[in-house]
Formats: sequence, structure tokens, C-alpha cells
Amino acid sequence: MIPELGQVALILALSLALVQATLPIAGAALQRADWMALARPTAIGQFVFVGLAFGVLATAFLGDDFSVLYVAMHSNSALPSLYKFTAVWGGHEGSLLLWLMILATWTMLVAVASRSLPEELAARVLGVLGIVSVGLLLFTLLTSNPFERLFPAAFDGNDLNPLLQDPAMAIHPPILYTGYVGFAVPFAFAVAALLSSRLNKDWARWTRPWAISAWMFLTVGIALGSWWAYYELGWGGWWFWDPVENASFMPWLAGTALLHSLAVTERRGIFKSWTILLAIMAFSLSLLGTFLTRSGVLISVHSFASDPARGLFILALISTISGGALVLYALRAGRMGAEGGFRLVSRESFLLLNNILLVVAVAAVLFGTLYPLFLDALDLGKISVGPPYFNTVFLIPTLPLVLFMGAGMHATWKSMSGETLARKLVIPAGVAVLLGVLVPWIIFRGASVLTMVGVSLGFWVIGAALLEPVQRMLASNHAATVLSRAQWGMTLAHLGVGIFILGATITSSYNIETDRSVRPGDRWEVGGYEFVFRGTRDFDGVNYSAVEGEFEVRRNGSLVTIMTPEKRIYRVQRSPMTEAAIDAGWSRDLFVALGEPLGDGAWSVRVQVKPLIRFIWLGALIMAFGGLLAATDPRYRRRKVAHEARVGAGASPESV
Amino acid sequence: MWRFLLPIGILVIIVGFFARGLTLNPGYVPSPLIGKPAPQYELPRLKDLSASVGSESYAGQVALVNVWATWCIECRHEHPFLIELSRSGGVPIYGLNWNDDRDTALAWLDTLGDPYVASAFDPTGEVAIDWGVYAAPETFLIGRDGTVLYKHISPMTPEVWAREFLPRIEAECGELPCSPLPDER
Repeated sequence: MIPELGQVALILALSLALVQATLPIAGAALQRADWMALARPTAIGQFVFVGLAFGVLATAFLGDDFSVLYVAMHSNSALPSLYKFTAVWGGHEGSLLLWLMILATWTMLVAVASRSLPEELAARVLGVLGIVSVGLLLFTLLTSNPFERLFPAAFDGNDLNPLLQDPAMAIHPPILYTGYVGFAVPFAFAVAALLSSRLNKDWARWTRPWAISAWMFLTVGIALGSWWAYYELGWGGWWFWDPVENASFMPWLAGTALLHSLAVTERRGIFKSWTILLAIMAFSLSLLGTFLTRSGVLISVHSFASDPARGLFILALISTISGGALVLYALRAGRMGAEGGFRLVSRESFLLLNNILLVVAVAAVLFGTLYPLFLDALDLGKISVGPPYFNTVFLIPTLPLVLFMGAGMHATWKSMSGETLARKLVIPAGVAVLLGVLVPWIIFRGASVLTMVGVSLGFWVIGAALLEPVQRMLASNHAATVLSRAQWGMTLAHLGVGIFILGATITSSYNIETDRSVRPGDRWEVGGYEFVFRGTRDFDGVNYSAVEGEFEVRRNGSLVTIMTPEKRIYRVQRSPMTEAAIDAGWSRDLFVALGEPLGDGAWSVRVQVKPLIRFIWLGALIMAFGGLLAATDPRYRRRKVAHEARVGAGASPESV
Repeated sequence: MWRFLLPIGILVIIVGFFARGLTLNPGYVPSPLIGKPAPQYELPRLKDLSASVGSESYAGQVALVNVWATWCIECRHEHPFLIELSRSGGVPIYGLNWNDDRDTALAWLDTLGDPYVASAFDPTGEVAIDWGVYAAPETFLIGRDGTVLYKHISPMTPEVWAREFLPRIEAECGELPCSPLPDER
């Protein structure tokens, strides 16, 4: 009976979403205040009902209700409780419900925070979010009902995919989805602006914190996913250019461009059509991500659910939502006039380059991701595009991007003399190049040109990000107040990019990988560390049996650590899993994974030494923290109050 | 003005390819066995370990070989259709019970019905390896001369049956039910 309640709750949410998607938008067009007023209550009601459905499904999981097909397929009575809960999104139907839950939450937040917005804008934004919600609710109810019954009920469940029985996987999907779905809000603002043909600096200021928040969650989500793949997939890589990873990376790139474009629109009232296009792009790419992972058109290590009927539905959804927005864009974008101009050397120019290069990067990743599909569809054969393509092609736009990034931070708005800019940056640039050459040679005794370029660029961005705050701090006594919160956000985010670049460059250049077969007692050396294989033992976990290997690691004779990688067999699904052992450190990670038993106590073993790999995720977290600071800048709140105080006032004063 | 049309143009192209892509199967890697003689095997029968079943059991006939296991939930999904096929499909279905526990497998056939003329019992996967099986369910279509005519990975459905299997069976033997080849071949 209770699972049916979940389904009824979804149907009620759909009815509310239908109202939310139609009447407020019509009301804004026809100036009917009563229709527009429906937007908020329907949005909040929808949140309640979707939340109820989500709660019902979670209860079914925690209570081992194997009469629900989805529960029977993704859980098991022996599964630890934490994973019973995270198994809610361990499959297709539940992931969709999570998607809906997050959309409903964002929508509810917009409804609550939109009281200071002009009534028409709020009605349109919530209406567009309602349209998105209708699409996904229909998708869930028609093709992917998580509450479907299994009759007769299963005696026990089929268990959660062992790959997903992991703490990082418990929080990865919700955070990633919060980012993905969060781009629905700037998308809704963009469509609302197109509907009204009005887009001013206030619009940009309202949109900006939403876009930054979504971007922040997406950044953390991608970093978590990369970290998870690193230790759980057992290969020791941190990025695979797998279609599903690309699916999350493309909206991130578009979202990054959107943040920068919004900054220009808020400050200068220009780049309006860019901003709108990027908002549409970021959300469309998020939908595309859903399509890629759910339809089965591309295979990938992450595709846990695929079904052509569902694919067709999502395709129709993308065509309607993104297609509709882009048609509107084609009709209306030309009307968004610019409010000012700018000179060749100016911050605007650098941000324009930033937009272009990021979009080129999106195109490169999109093309590589879809190329196998293009060939297959044209009957030209089956191929897969791998890291060689992406690593090369991705660098083409990103090298200049990073180069300009350092300069752009120091350019002033409207115009600036190239000479002033050059004088300001010549020292940081020189130091960066010097460090880029010296550091790899001194520490790692050798470097390729690309490595030196990478390290120089890392130091260049770090130096450029820190130049301004350091100079100001030296000139002032109050270190924390020399920059506004938003400026600290920008500084930190760029610093994070620099740290990420250092980590990615050093790890890829000096990573040592060895695969060998060893017997108990064998000693061998990898990257300055001596590894001793002491043998294996068998043991039983909660819902798996495992073999654990023991490795002693020594450096210059003294014991560094003892590492115990495992090979697990999960009892229900019988899939073998490699649990790598990782000894993490700031300067390097040691990574040991058990391969296959080769008989007579011998095992194939993969040992890797990965310098600075932590910088990759650290950089991403610093970027996200920068986003958090920028999104919570007091001016967004202050302006709301100010706006209420001057209802009907004209243009807002310039923001900082 | 045209530059504002560019994004929608790109979207239309991508959506077009996706629509085509949905009818393709990226997981489909043509089996190296297709068009070649199916690997010979002889295994104990699941229901009676003292008797055997193998390639000889369906020599000269068009037959289906279905790889299944009780731990495979997709096998449960396809099971009712296999039962239906066993009644009306006109082609004998031989099971290959793969990496499974015998008691559980017998209980499965008791409760859900047995669509198979006979199931081979392959708890260690020795035959499955020869057949290139790396996931269940898989269904092989074997021609009268013992060649593999087609291989389907993932559950058998009425659509797959009508689209991929029926035309090949008809091409092989004209009309259903297929009669065995005369012995003089």
C-alpha cells in the first residue's frame, strides 16, 4: 500500500507542475496577477509531493520491501543500512527520482527567494522550471516508475552493484545532480528574459548566485567522481574521458563560461546574447548528460541503466526543452541591445576570449564523445575515441585559455593600455617560466617541453591570482578586508585552477606504473620505494568474501607503511571487485592493486607512484570554495533589500 | 541574423544522430562465432546429472541455445517469453545453465516453468568460455548445419524475436516449425 502512495504523490506533483508550467507564464503575458500568483504555491506543493515520493522509496529500501521491483533489483537484506539508503539512486528509476527531488528543491528555493523579483519575472522563471519538471515527471511515471510491484515478491534482493557500495558513491550522485539540475535555474532565467525580451543588469545580478551555486556543486561532484574512479575502479587513473565523465564535464565548461559572461553582463550590460546562449547550453548539456547515461547510445563504465524507449523519451525532452529555448533565442536574441562598448585591451576582451575558448573546448569534448555515434550512424564502422584524442584536442583551447586567464584578472573594464598591463605582469610571468623550468628539473631530474609549459602555466595562474591580494595586503593592515567577498571568491577559484594544473601536469608526467607478478617474499623497487610482498589471507566481509594481500613499503631502509589491497567477491552478484590500497600524501600517492592469482601463491600486482595527485582534487575543492564565497557575497542580499526600497526606480548603481 | 540560428542548427544535427543512434546497439560487437560452426560440447543435464546434453542433441535442427542463471535478474525478465516461445516458437530451446547452484536452478525451473528441452549444467563456465559468453542472458541461434546464425546479448523480447530471429529462421528453413534436415545431407 505504501509504495502506491509514492506513485500517487508523483501524480499529484505532476498535476501541480502542469499548473505551474502554464498559468504563470500565460499570466505574465496577459498581465493576470492571479495566474502569476499560482507559481509559488504550486512550486512549494510540488516539493512536498516529490519529497513524499522520495521518502516512500527510501522507506521501502530501508525496510527491505522486495515486493517493489526496483528495490528487489538494487538492494539486498544483507546490505549495510547506509548503502540501502544510497541504493535509492543506485539504478535508473531512483536516480530519476533523485533528479526530480533536486529539481523540486531548487524550484522551491527560487520560489522562496524570488519575493524581491518583479512579479512577471518570478512567474516566468518558475513557469519554465515547471515545464522542465513536467517533462521529467512524465518520464518517470511513463517509462521508469520506481514503485512498480514485483509479484510474487522476491525472497531477497539482487543487491546493489558492488562498485556503488562505497562512501564516496553515497554522496557523489546527489552532489553531481545538484550541480546538473541547478543549471535549470539560470536556464529558466534565460528563457524568462527571452520571453519578455528584457534583460538588464539587475537580471544578471539575480541570475548570478544561482549559476555560481550550481557550478560549485558540479565542481565538487566531478571531483568526487574522479576521486571515486581513482580508488574504486582499481586502475589508478583519475580521469578517463569516458562518455559519462564527459557528460558532466561539458556542462561544467559551459557553466564556467556562463559565470564569466554573467560577470560582464552584470557589470557592463553587454554580452547579453552570449550569457543567454551559455545558460541554455549549460542546462542542455546537463540534459544531454542524462541522455547519454540513460539511453545506451554510448557505452561506458558508468552506464548502469540503458533502454532505447527511455532514450527516445529523453531525446524528445531535449528537443522540446533545449529546442524550444533555442528557437526562442533565434527569434529574440537579436533584440537584446548592448549598453556599452569596450576597447581591444580590456577585461571584456579577455572574458570574450574566455567564452570563445571554453565553447571551443566544449565542442572538442562533445565531438569526441559523439564521434563513435556519428560513424556508427553513418555506417562507417565502430570505433572508440580515447584519451589520445581528448588529451591532445583539449589542450588546444585550454593552453591559451589559461594564458589569457592570468592577464584577464589584471585588465580593467572598458579599456586599458597594453603597456600598463604588460608592466604589471612581466614579473609574475618571468617567475612562472623560471619555476616551470627549474622545478621539474630539480625535483624530477628532467622534463619534456609540454611538462615545462604545464608547470609554468600552473605557477602563472597561481601568481596572477595572488598578485593583487598580496600587493593590497602589503599596503594595508587589514588583510581580510582588502578584497570583497566576491573578489576573494574569484582569487581562490583561479588559485584552485593553478593548483589543479600543477597536479594534473606533474601526475601525468611523472606517474610511475608497474605491473608484475610476485610471490610472497619478493622485493622490488618502484620510484624510490621498496615493496615487499608478504602474502595473502582470506577473510569475510559483511556481504562479500575477500582476499587481502599484504605489502610492506620501505624507503631508504625504514618502513613507510603497510598496504593491504583486496580482491572482493560480493556474494549476491558474484562480481569480483578490486579494492586498491592507497597511501595518500601531499607529495605523492602510493597505489597497490591486486590483479589475478597466478597459482602457487603468486599474484599479478599493479604498483603506482603518483606525485602530486592530491593537488588535482585539492584544486577542484579550492575552486568550489571560491564559488561558495562568490555566491554568498553580501551584495546579492543587500541589493534585494535595496530593490524593495526603490520600487520603480531606474537603473541600479554600478556594482563592484 | 543567421548567427542566432546556428545553435538550434547544431542541436537539430545532434538530435538527428541521437535518434539514429537509438536504433543502433553500441554494446553489439559482432560475435566472432557468427557464420562459424558452434563449439561442440557435452555436459550433464541439469535435471539428471547422469544423462548428458550437448551439440549432438540438436544436430541437424535449427535450435536456440539460451545461456541463463538464477542470479541473473534479466533472465527472470525474459523467462515468461521463453516459456511462450517453447510452446509456440517452433524451435527447440536448449539451456546452458551457467555458473549456478544446481538446487537453486532446479527450484527456479519448478516455480517459473521450464522452457528448455534440456538444460546443460555448467557450474564452472567451461563451455560458456568456448562460446564467448561474458554476460547473461545470451541467446544463440544455431542453424541446421551447426553454424551460429545469430547471437543476442540481453533479454529476449518479442521485438527482438520478430526482428532478428524469425527472418533468419525462415531463411534457414522456409516455414515453421522447422523440420530437421534429411539424414542424407
